[in-house]
Amino acid sequence: MELYEFTVHELAEKLEKKEITSEEITKSYFKRIKERDEKIKAYVSTLEEDAIKKAKEIDKARKEGKKLGKYAGIPIGIKDNMCIDGTKTTCSSKMLENFVAPYNATVIEKLNKEDIIYLGKLNMDEFAMGGSTEYSAFFKTSNPWDLDRVPGGSSGGSAAAVASDMAPWALGSDTGGSIRQPSSLCGVVGLKPTYGLVSRYGLVAFASSLDQIGPITKDVEDSAILLSLISGHDEKDTTSADIDAKDYTKALINDVKGMKIGIPKEYLGEGINKEVKEAILEVAKKYEEMGATIEECSLDVGKYATAVYYIIACAEASSNLGRFDGIRYGYRTKNFKNLNDIYRNSRSEGFGPEVKRRIILGTYVLSSGYYDAYYKKAQKVRTIIKEAYDELFDKYDLLLTPTSPTTAFKKGEKSNNPLEMYLADICTVPVNIAGLPGISVPCKLDSQGLPIGFQLIAKPFAEETLLRAAYTYEQNTNFRENKPTFKGGNN
Amino acid sequence: MSRDDYEVVIGLEVHCELSTKTKIFCSCPTEFGGEPNTHCCPICMAMPGTLPVLNEKVVEYAVKAGLATNCKISQNSKNDRKNYFYPDLPKAYQISQYDMPLCYEGYVTIDTEDTEKKIRLTRIHIEEDAGKLNHDEYGRGSFVDLNRAGVPLIEIVSEPDLRSSKEVDSYIRKLKSILEYIEVSDCKMQEGSLRADVNVSVRKKGSKEFGTRTEMKNMSSFRSIVRAIDYEAERQIDILENGGVIEQETLRWDDISGKTFSMRNKEDAQDYRYFPDPDLVAIKLSDEYIENIRKTLPELPESRIKRYIADFELTEKAAKFVTASKYYSNMFEEAIKECNNPKAVSNWIMSDVARILNEEDKEPDEIPFTGKDLGELVSLIDKGTISTAIAKKVLEEMFKNPEVPSKIIEAKGWVQISDEGAIKEVVMQVLEANPQSVADYKAGKDKALGFLVGQAMKATKGKANPQMLNKMFLEELKK
Repeated sequence: MELYEFTVHELAEKLEKKEITSEEITKSYFKRIKERDEKIKAYVSTLEEDAIKKAKEIDKARKEGKKLGKYAGIPIGIKDNMCIDGTKTTCSSKMLENFVAPYNATVIEKLNKEDIIYLGKLNMDEFAMGGSTEYSAFFKTSNPWDLDRVPGGSSGGSAAAVASDMAPWALGSDTGGSIRQPSSLCGVVGLKPTYGLVSRYGLVAFASSLDQIGPITKDVEDSAILLSLISGHDEKDTTSADIDAKDYTKALINDVKGMKIGIPKEYLGEGINKEVKEAILEVAKKYEEMGATIEECSLDVGKYATAVYYIIACAEASSNLGRFDGIRYGYRTKNFKNLNDIYRNSRSEGFGPEVKRRIILGTYVLSSGYYDAYYKKAQKVRTIIKEAYDELFDKYDLLLTPTSPTTAFKKGEKSNNPLEMYLADICTVPVNIAGLPGISVPCKLDSQGLPIGFQLIAKPFAEETLLRAAYTYEQNTNFRENKPTFKGGNN
Repeated sequence: MSRDDYEVVIGLEVHCELSTKTKIFCSCPTEFGGEPNTHCCPICMAMPGTLPVLNEKVVEYAVKAGLATNCKISQNSKNDRKNYFYPDLPKAYQISQYDMPLCYEGYVTIDTEDTEKKIRLTRIHIEEDAGKLNHDEYGRGSFVDLNRAGVPLIEIVSEPDLRSSKEVDSYIRKLKSILEYIEVSDCKMQEGSLRADVNVSVRKKGSKEFGTRTEMKNMSSFRSIVRAIDYEAERQIDILENGGVIEQETLRWDDISGKTFSMRNKEDAQDYRYFPDPDLVAIKLSDEYIENIRKTLPELPESRIKRYIADFELTEKAAKFVTASKYYSNMFEEAIKECNNPKAVSNWIMSDVARILNEEDKEPDEIPFTGKDLGELVSLIDKGTISTAIAKKVLEEMFKNPEVPSKIIEAKGWVQISDEGAIKEVVMQVLEANPQSVADYKAGKDKALGFLVGQAMKATKGKANPQMLNKMFLEELKK
């Protein structure tokens, strides 16, 4: 077995026993990246030289018996919208193609303290806007299970890299499903923490009230480990919750007896693929077998979530992306005679069509005369959706839904139909609207050999419940025996 | 109709830089000046991914300003984004407050010619300053300096209660004075830490409706504000008198030509797309917090006026004058500790100190000497070391070359002659040289005495003790 095939907790164990070195692990990943990334195209940039240098340092320190973190010397892939001091942070946009971050994101600071090694920066939909990674300004990423299909998005590079063993784990960001949906489409585990659990400082903002950083991993245990490393209050982010970092692996108990799981019927109805629906019902049955109670419930207001999402997310994005004006950094047009030309042409040339679409939409809903009808109303509905979830969580520990209404779709299938692309988020978006934690866990392959994922949703800051239930499922099933086939890719 | 049939209506938005040590959303220094782009960091330069963290001192200072201007304080408030593009605004939005300002419904009292007047404040809110554009003189482009970006400001919005440029002048002076007293701003207009947007309209006297207003932005000197209002009111009246219509527009005041120019009209008005900043949590203030700030407020002018009248027997006019500025008032209190002569000190401040400042176009905060120095000057007069005439010269000198009065007197050799022998000598000389005056005096013309004293003063270059001169002349003339 190659080193790149192991999970992080397995690698950590081997490191501790001194069976392997960090240098060997790191080199194994770069070897794998060289073999596979030509086809997958998950990485926007790699940091091989720095990574190997750092790995050697850590091996030396370990040899000298210095006190190191449990995961010191383990590499990671980072979605290209998180700042690492001195490296390019492009957001897969022409606008930031040559932007070198002058500071570290808080999650990077935390990982630095643990001596984690960076393999490189991972592809995404431009500024995290999209559900297929096709909106990357640089190139499309392929799904390892079928290279003609999308890996999902926006954290498609992160999910594809983990699924194809080009990273043992990765960080993604999730605004409306951008961690969970690609994780589902690529057959890996993706966790979107409660809004405020992980600091957003250094994450290039798409929609500030919805964005959350989270782990994309091979299994639930790694997810719990990575969450433990990156969470906790940050004074640089006033929206981060006043909660200390904790060890989420303690929640990994193989037992769901007595847990109450609700299945909102709206998420098994219209628009959900038949095979996906069946898979979810099988998961429900499995939970029942393992001792949980399953009950159908309803989240009627959930149907407004997508509308609310596109109003709020676009409104915030239209303002957040104003700073990309060609003045201080980023792309500047060569074609200008005056200040207005600089603004208009830099932004017209620097942003891709989906980003522009959302900026225009967001600008519109905030405009005077429309604010009350759109933005203000969306905020009211947002509160109603939150309250509906609160009510459900009075009754249930968890909610079970599909992560994505379909399995991975073909490249080009939806990229020219934005509305259809937006519907790919229907199962994940309500969770961001309400600020809840959600996890996507792979459960089976569909008839075409494509992964299906289920989503568990918990009340705010109940990540432990979420992880425990996901872990129990994983321990009692065997999805990880399936490996991506890397088929297709000839057209 | 005549000009006298019109009434000018003015409302002000005063922007005041708060004197916190660090910026409103990051820990960069707020210090004025510095090489361009040296007082900034990824946050105030709006690097991608950075987030603002509200400086609690800014809230405290703004609440202080609100309490000192009789405002109500919002227990629930928030920050909003005001979106627009300009190179000095790195985020392309200014974090400000839109519909829930920290302070609202206050007032300040100003003195008008015959009475006092309450000027109502609509609101006080907090916001961040923008950076600065330095335009290259040779047309090679503009340079962005972000040192000032993120410096905290409060915006104080008045109701349209002001009726003349004179009232506006008193209003701004009053605000400035209050802000200085509570030490939330240094209010240095020359450094741009106090600036005003001035809204002017005119209407026929007795009319209930307001006229269409024009706005002049970013005015930063008392003199230009007064001139601009007078000009703009005249301009508007001219238009109306000639049957024209006032256009709602933003104007630029040009200090050199003394005219206003149109910058943009209503159609070009920007839509700022205000919305609550999702990066910042709501501002919630407890009663206790507000009361604790109230307790830290220093003694304000109204109370000082009463105390000066009661304790120091100043006239109301003197008490008001001395308390109009924190710098005067503190100087007064320091000085009387030194000389224990409140009336004399207040007179010096009202007459010569104010006169010199006025001549030099300076403000009380620019007085280069301390209250202790002024106190020493007064006590030197009281002790007879110098005459009042010499003291005036000493004061002039204190403005030019700040030094303690006794040193100046010594260096200039201005010590009063109080030696009886020396005085007698001068008196004898003057009497001898002016027999006609002696004769006049003896013939009953008392005025002649004044002339003789004057001659003696002239001979001693003003240094002779005037009381002793008087006394000695009288004695000699009686002989």
